[in-house]
Amino acid sequence: MSENEKKIESDNNSDKRLKGASMGTNHFGNVAEDVDSYGKTWRKLISYCRKHLSVIVMALILILASNVLQVIAPGRLRVLTDIIQNGISGTIEMNAVITVAVTLAVIYAIVALLNFLQSFIMAGVTARISEHLRTEISRKINKLPLKFFDSVSLGDIISRVTNDVDTIGQTLNQNIGTLMASSTLFIGSLILMVWTNWILALVVVAASAVGFVSSKAVLSRSKKFFKAQQTGIGAVGGHVEEIYSGHSVMKAYNGKKAAKETFAELNRNLYTAAWKAQFVSGFVTPLMQFSGTFAYVAVCVVGAMLVMRGQITFGVIVAFLLYVSQFTQGLTHIAETFPGLQGTTAASERVFDLLDEEELSDESDKTQRLDDIKGDVGFAHVKFGYTRDKAVIHDFSAQIKSGQKIAIVGPTGAGKTTIVNLLMRFYELDGGEISIDGVPISQITRANVHDQFSMVLQDTWLFEGSVRENIMYNKVGVTEEEIVAVCQAIGLHHFITALPDGYSTILNDNASMSEGQKQLVAIARAMIHNAPMLILDEATSSVDTRTEALIQAAMDQLMTGRTSFVIAHRLSTIKNADLIFVLKDGDIIESGTHNELLGQNGFYTELYNSQFEVK
Amino acid sequence: MFKIFRYLQRKEWLQVGLVFLFAVLQVRLDLMIPSYFRRITMLAQMPDSLTSEIVTIGAFMLLCALGSLACVIAISFLASRVSAALSMRLRDMLFDKVADFSMEEFARFSTSSLIARSTNDITQIQQFAMSAMQMLLKVPILAVGGMIGIAGSGIEWTIAALIAFVFMLIVVACTMAVVMPQFKKMQKLVDRLNLTVRESLAGRYVIRAFNAEAYHEEKFEAANSGFTDTDRKTNRTMAVMSPVMSLGSNGVIIAVYIIGALMINAAGQAESLTVFSNMIVMTFYLRLLFDAIKFITKVVPRIPRAIVSAGRIIEVLNTEPMIKEGNLAEGLPNVRGEIAFRNVGFKYPGAAASALEGITFTAKQGETVAFIGSTGSGKTTLINLVMRFFDANEGEILINGVDIKAYKTEALNDKLGYVPQKSVLFKGTVSSNVAYGDNGKGGYSPADIEKAIQIARAEEFVSQLEGGVNAAVSQRGVNFSGGQKQRLSIARAVCRTPEILIFDDSFSALDYKTDREVRQSLSTETDGATRLIVAQRIGTIIDADQIIVLDDGNIAGIGTHKELLESCQVYREIAKSQLSEEELAS
Repeated sequence: MSENEKKIESDNNSDKRLKGASMGTNHFGNVAEDVDSYGKTWRKLISYCRKHLSVIVMALILILASNVLQVIAPGRLRVLTDIIQNGISGTIEMNAVITVAVTLAVIYAIVALLNFLQSFIMAGVTARISEHLRTEISRKINKLPLKFFDSVSLGDIISRVTNDVDTIGQTLNQNIGTLMASSTLFIGSLILMVWTNWILALVVVAASAVGFVSSKAVLSRSKKFFKAQQTGIGAVGGHVEEIYSGHSVMKAYNGKKAAKETFAELNRNLYTAAWKAQFVSGFVTPLMQFSGTFAYVAVCVVGAMLVMRGQITFGVIVAFLLYVSQFTQGLTHIAETFPGLQGTTAASERVFDLLDEEELSDESDKTQRLDDIKGDVGFAHVKFGYTRDKAVIHDFSAQIKSGQKIAIVGPTGAGKTTIVNLLMRFYELDGGEISIDGVPISQITRANVHDQFSMVLQDTWLFEGSVRENIMYNKVGVTEEEIVAVCQAIGLHHFITALPDGYSTILNDNASMSEGQKQLVAIARAMIHNAPMLILDEATSSVDTRTEALIQAAMDQLMTGRTSFVIAHRLSTIKNADLIFVLKDGDIIESGTHNELLGQNGFYTELYNSQFEVK
Repeated sequence: MFKIFRYLQRKEWLQVGLVFLFAVLQVRLDLMIPSYFRRITMLAQMPDSLTSEIVTIGAFMLLCALGSLACVIAISFLASRVSAALSMRLRDMLFDKVADFSMEEFARFSTSSLIARSTNDITQIQQFAMSAMQMLLKVPILAVGGMIGIAGSGIEWTIAALIAFVFMLIVVACTMAVVMPQFKKMQKLVDRLNLTVRESLAGRYVIRAFNAEAYHEEKFEAANSGFTDTDRKTNRTMAVMSPVMSLGSNGVIIAVYIIGALMINAAGQAESLTVFSNMIVMTFYLRLLFDAIKFITKVVPRIPRAIVSAGRIIEVLNTEPMIKEGNLAEGLPNVRGEIAFRNVGFKYPGAAASALEGITFTAKQGETVAFIGSTGSGKTTLINLVMRFFDANEGEILINGVDIKAYKTEALNDKLGYVPQKSVLFKGTVSSNVAYGDNGKGGYSPADIEKAIQIARAEEFVSQLEGGVNAAVSQRGVNFSGGQKQRLSIARAVCRTPEILIFDDSFSALDYKTDREVRQSLSTETDGATRLIVAQRIGTIIDADQIIVLDDGNIAGIGTHKELLESCQVYREIAKSQLSEEELAS
């Protein structure tokens, strides 16, 4: 796997990611294109929510109703104010006051109830939608060609499952509701203001426009600060990760001073970018608040003059003050929501980009199946490259008979692991054919191909779960005796029983297992799996040679009668192979048994002898 | 949590003080608006007032609003600088601290956790500090300001407002009490979600090989629904808060009006106008109180995360590295490149069994000492003790006749050239990697670098790189193969021209041929240096002056290849597993 992993890592590094991964770029892109892609993303998001559409519509109606009521309320308050004001010179009609007050109280109570119901419903719906999105991504991961992962950063995918889906959920939960509510509030109060007194309404609109326009201007200028902050965070994070992971070397080479200097500089840059970004982001709300106050003052002054002229009652001012607060509140929320919605668009784009990635071809129409195979494997003129322009395997042909032990050796980068990847159909060929018992593997399902092999990879992968779960994995009906027997055969049993909970010990980051012990668990897993053929890709590279010899014995027993493929650095482990392929630059340059190859006195001999020569 | 603010310096505390002053000023200015409004109310009721008076008052109101805006901007300026400065300082301190950690501390915290603490956790603190200054700091000011305004207007209203205020505080407190534990739980559930995704991504080859896709999808489902349930529960609980708040605030306004109507009825003709304008103005003061509560509800949900992050940061800052440096720069005179173990024993922290016991040997200048043994026999541990990544619990390790604990860290490192098991390269160029660090001899010349590259047999592939020694190395050196990285890290060690070269299984990624070539040039070109070599392959160490066979942390045999074949059972077994009968015999 090492060749592969290297490739993946180097691709990560060149920062080749899924489109839409960088949130900042769209600000500089073509505007029309932006609008188009925004629209597409939102259509997808909406169509995604279709299943819950009835509930969402209900919530939206609740929002609408509550906000209409909320807009009406100031009118009642105006009546109340006027009743009281009229009573100043005489006595106030208390019954009228109570009636209006009760009406108002009822309105507000209904508003509160509607709002609560709406939030409650939306919380449920968004939780469901987010859950569903996460599930889909998790399923998608298993349906994508492995090739896909070579060109993306895994951390980026993880971030889509958690951060991006979370962002979408929050938007649906808050922003959509807020936007609906504030638009209703905004439009409703505007209508009522115009209806109540158009002069004052005009004053309010003009005053609020000041704030809205200025905060818009600030926002558009703030983007570069946010970008600088993102870059700064990335640079500091990268340096921290590098130095912490290479900590022992940094220490041993007295590299601390230099590392600290670099860090101090990056940190300083981040500080400057961070405070600027925070500073400008703190501008919108106060600007909107100011425009609110400004409108407020304007209403007071103009209103007072109108009252003096007797054109309006004082209640109108009181009502207007509430309208102003609703109007500007609506406007503020709309202004505040937009950056949030931009974030959602970016997040949805990232999620849907992943979900829209081309999946592995559908294989449900494949009826041919391999069962009880003999184990003949054929490679015919196999051609393959991880990228189109760079072939790794040029023209690989070989006939392997049932029960043979095949060894693949060669220098790093020769394409050993690639052969295995192709045999497992992890990658599709660019040319040629691989067959099992004469059946091309492209004609049977991938799952069926996988069933034919037990596989152990160099980079051991254990998951969080007990030792037992890791060994039996997804195989059902495995008895405890079988597991113990396998572990005894490869010398793992003793170690496991020494663990705190024996076979039930949970393996996680804290479990201290050496690389070699992990490899043993992976080998046990493959042995339990017990498929007709076996693939060992540097399976014992981290195991010491004495233990390896022990495993070898168990493996040889397992391999009897089974076709097996062994990739090994240490040539001692493959000396007894029936056929050794010597690979160099994607081609077989020599093949034969150990003795035959030594007799040829070629590349293999050189490789083999280099183990012992010292001078 | 609030301990984290200890790390603010006096200058920043001053700025926080300024933030507070600006907040007071802002609230004060905001409070003036209602009193102006009161005057407008009065003027509007009196038929003989002048329009110019109203406009003048309006202008004052606007000035107040502008002043208030200026205050908010000043607060935002100061708060963002202070919070950014705090996070910069914390990051610096953490980085400094972690740089001094030994492997023991790294093992205790785990590297990924230390990275998260130095990045995400600090961002959390920065954001919390920002919102604390912008909002939390204002809460008492708003509450007091609002209360004073209300109290000045009449006792009945004050009581009504107090009741409403307390009621809302209780609602907030109750909601928070329910939600807080959920928030804390969420953190764990998110981690779990991350873990399962990471797992199925990292294990994709194995998962597909075993057709185990469904197995992992189920596992993810479990984590997913656990997270979703809690998420839904917290959001639904939080859904109570906002409607209740607005009901409360609207309710109290209605109450104010009813009370107002009663008061006006009770008051005489002359006072009723004052009471009326007081009533109208009341709503302003109430809004201040509601703002205070709104701020609380905005900031409080962030507190749990901030508390967790602060705890994690402080935990690292309060950790004292176990390894303490001495003050010697040089060992005994006339001794160079000599290293001796005297009855050294070591136990990993928390482990039951010793990793090393009774290790005694001496390597003289120019000698090659090799260590071989099965996985877990203690080879790397032994090297780690020489490097002082850990300190031995028993016995002592001497370099040039002096206990390594007596040396200054830098002085000790200057004598050593260490090549780790897992190659580490840093972002930069080939030459910046080879010339990495400081050997106390004042830098490296291009010729030094060239020579080191050549000794490590890296010149062939380096010369093929675009830019040669100036070719870029990306982070973690991912643009180089395992074998290339290993050769570059060998070159880096050689470049130091140390007294002692240490190879911890550093030839494993090289094929046998290259392995042999590198060793050959090392033995001819770095002749004067003592070499400690950990290896898996017999071939790598067959020629060593001394081979030390480790078994379960004990020395099972010391001698040359020939001697050990005769005398040491463990060594014979290792040799047998790697070499054929003829090769053993020869």
